[in-house]
Amino acid sequence: MADLPQQAFREEAYELLAELETALLELEECPDDMEVVGQIFRAMHTIKGSGAMFGFNDISSFTHEVETVYDLVRNGQVHVNKALVEISLQARDHIQNLLDACCNGAEADLATGTELIAKLQQFMPPPEPQLQADTQLQADTPPKTVATTESHELKTYRIMFKPHPHILQNGTKISALLEELADLGTCRSIAQMTRLPSFEELDPELCYVSWNVLLTSTCDEDAIRDVFIFVEDDADLNIHLIDTGEEGEEEGQRLGDILIGRGEVTQNDIDRVLAKSKRIGEMLVDAGLVDQDQIEAALQEQTVIREIQEQRRSKKAEKMPVSSSLRVPAERLDELVNLVGEMVTVQSRLSQVAALRHDADLYSIAEEVERLTEELRDSTLNIRMLPIGSTFSKFKRLVRDIASNLCKEVDFVTAGAETELDKTVIEQLNDPLVHIMRNCMDHGIEMPDVREAQGKPRLGTVFLGAEHAGDSVIIEIRDDGKGLSTAKLREKALAKGIINAEDSLNERECYQLIFAPGFSTVEQVSGLSGRGVGMDVVKRAIAALRGSIELHSTEGAGTTVRMQIPLTLAIIESLRVTIAGASFIIPLTAVEECVELTYADIEEAHGRHLAKVRGSLVPYIPLRKAFGVSGAAPPVQQIVITRTGGRRLGFVVDHVIGEHQTVIKPLGPLYKNLRTISGGTILGDGSIALILDLAQLMHQADTLEKQVEIEHE
Amino acid sequence: MAKTVLAVDDSRSILQMVSFTLKGAGYTVVEATNGQEGLAQAQKQKFDLVITDLNMPIMDGLTMVQKLRASPSYKFTPILMLSTEAGADFKAKGKAAGLTGWLVKPFEPQKLLGVVKKVLG
Repeated sequence: MADLPQQAFREEAYELLAELETALLELEECPDDMEVVGQIFRAMHTIKGSGAMFGFNDISSFTHEVETVYDLVRNGQVHVNKALVEISLQARDHIQNLLDACCNGAEADLATGTELIAKLQQFMPPPEPQLQADTQLQADTPPKTVATTESHELKTYRIMFKPHPHILQNGTKISALLEELADLGTCRSIAQMTRLPSFEELDPELCYVSWNVLLTSTCDEDAIRDVFIFVEDDADLNIHLIDTGEEGEEEGQRLGDILIGRGEVTQNDIDRVLAKSKRIGEMLVDAGLVDQDQIEAALQEQTVIREIQEQRRSKKAEKMPVSSSLRVPAERLDELVNLVGEMVTVQSRLSQVAALRHDADLYSIAEEVERLTEELRDSTLNIRMLPIGSTFSKFKRLVRDIASNLCKEVDFVTAGAETELDKTVIEQLNDPLVHIMRNCMDHGIEMPDVREAQGKPRLGTVFLGAEHAGDSVIIEIRDDGKGLSTAKLREKALAKGIINAEDSLNERECYQLIFAPGFSTVEQVSGLSGRGVGMDVVKRAIAALRGSIELHSTEGAGTTVRMQIPLTLAIIESLRVTIAGASFIIPLTAVEECVELTYADIEEAHGRHLAKVRGSLVPYIPLRKAFGVSGAAPPVQQIVITRTGGRRLGFVVDHVIGEHQTVIKPLGPLYKNLRTISGGTILGDGSIALILDLAQLMHQADTLEKQVEIEHE
Repeated sequence: MAKTVLAVDDSRSILQMVSFTLKGAGYTVVEATNGQEGLAQAQKQKFDLVITDLNMPIMDGLTMVQKLRASPSYKFTPILMLSTEAGADFKAKGKAAGLTGWLVKPFEPQKLLGVVKKVLG
């Protein structure tokens, strides 16, 4: 009962076998009776077909062989004789045996089948290769199902379906086909009415419309062809993959290109029409080369492709963090950076030589090398860039641990974790950051009860953020703790002998006291911070990175520490200047502009080092004097106006040479205590230039200024 | 309203299977065991779809299809043929006779429903 159709097939097969027996015996009597042959063929055919339907594959494949012979008999290619009938009867018995075996669940006797088939094949004419292939196909090929081979890429196809006018007369329903197509994916179809005749001439039984369908789907072309399987001879079908869903595709195709691709116009048509100056679509319609529908379809295609690419781009953007990457030992990268550094030096020598020789050919090569070197430098340095976020996440743990240690409640907020910095810089930033964070938690954030009493939320906040600013990165650490009192700072500094009683300090200067060596504001030294070696160590570490650090605070509201760190330590863009023939390097990020300084200007300022730059006064440092260079300055000197730490300051030099790519080399341990020079570099001609430490120079100037003031008093 | 299907096949098991599958999917099915019978049924009522076998006694499938197509009421009716063949030869002959589509035996009931849906919409 479970296998109702199978049961039905068995009954049917037994009946057919009985019928077959009678017919075969009849055939023996009159071997030329085509009626009987047909009957035999049909019986075999049904057994084969139904057998396959209901899973009787042994029966089906064996019967197929017998049927093949009788098909030949039917077509007059094989003649009936006693021997054939004899074997046919044996074959019929074999089918019955197979059927019995199936019913009783016994093993089928396949050997007899093979033997019988061999005998039957002797009756067949020598097989034509074609026939053989056909038979093979029938026996072996599993039924073709509508296999939708799913890949994960979304592909877009342009399907141009142009039915022949008579298509409806085979009972084809085009709406059904289009619906089936729509089931495959996202589908947009445009009907083209170009062939539609006037109403008088219209034959309602004919199909005049053709369709352009844009299908976005994961299916492959075969799946689409399967939809049209019954009408492939009744229609022109063109399927084009217009978007593979893969990357690296160019921008959306232009309308003209799409039309050419579809074979609707040629490049010549386009060029001719393009000479006029309307929209290309209108022009093509006007020229009668395409009609409005075709333009519509092509426009639609253009839109679809654009949308798909848009989607893909946004998807790609989402995927960005998981983009494939390569792990390379850091030393190899360092080596590469060193090599690029050498390369930059050699390149500047080349440029210099080329300029001296006045050789146009050499000069153009030198320029090319310069461009390439710059790109090489940028991409090499880029490789070493890492997002600072990895460091940030370490602090999450740190904050949690310290907070629980101090019984404080702290919320840790970060921003700009994706900001990239040179790997070495990130590593060297770690210790200073830990120090500052500890100070925030220890000295900044109050105990929860204290906070509550002051009307602040119990939960204190420590913020750590990073952002790009030109060639450097700004790192900010902020807490909403008790802040610093300037009076207290002053008091402390006085007590420690860092400042004198008569020193007048503005608010900003007061806060910077915290970076002075041996300064600590906490009454009781705790285990976490406040050993008095805190902030000056931090400042030195930041300075070693050619960065600057500043502290601002509002009493009762919190403290902010801002650090400005250069992106990389290896190579910088800079300005080369000279003083008495010696070259100096000023980091270009700090430079705002260069102005001239004449004797007249100096006299006008009455001995004060102030220059008028577009109405405002900018203090300057005559570097000749600062460095103790002997000899007279040229009549017209240059002031390089820089901005560091929010202040403008000019540096007076003899000449400004121009931009220079500086490969920073340390000066060596001998010059460790030199403050105003942060390093050196080798110039193209092999000579050495010193890199100015602007922050230190500015600091020195402040000290000088004070001395001057004291002298004046 | 349920669509009506005329199923024509000399094999009772196939007929039963087709009928069972389509009824299960909500179609109304009328059976016939050869072309002649099929034609007679088709004249009695108008079917939305005809499914027929090829090799049948008395009148084969293709002859029946030709005759059906000649009648105005079946000019645009979808007609499917169940066949063990799928060669280009057969397709051309079938198309010429007026077939809408075909289904190669053996097939899964699900496949039959798919093809029926394809031509009926």
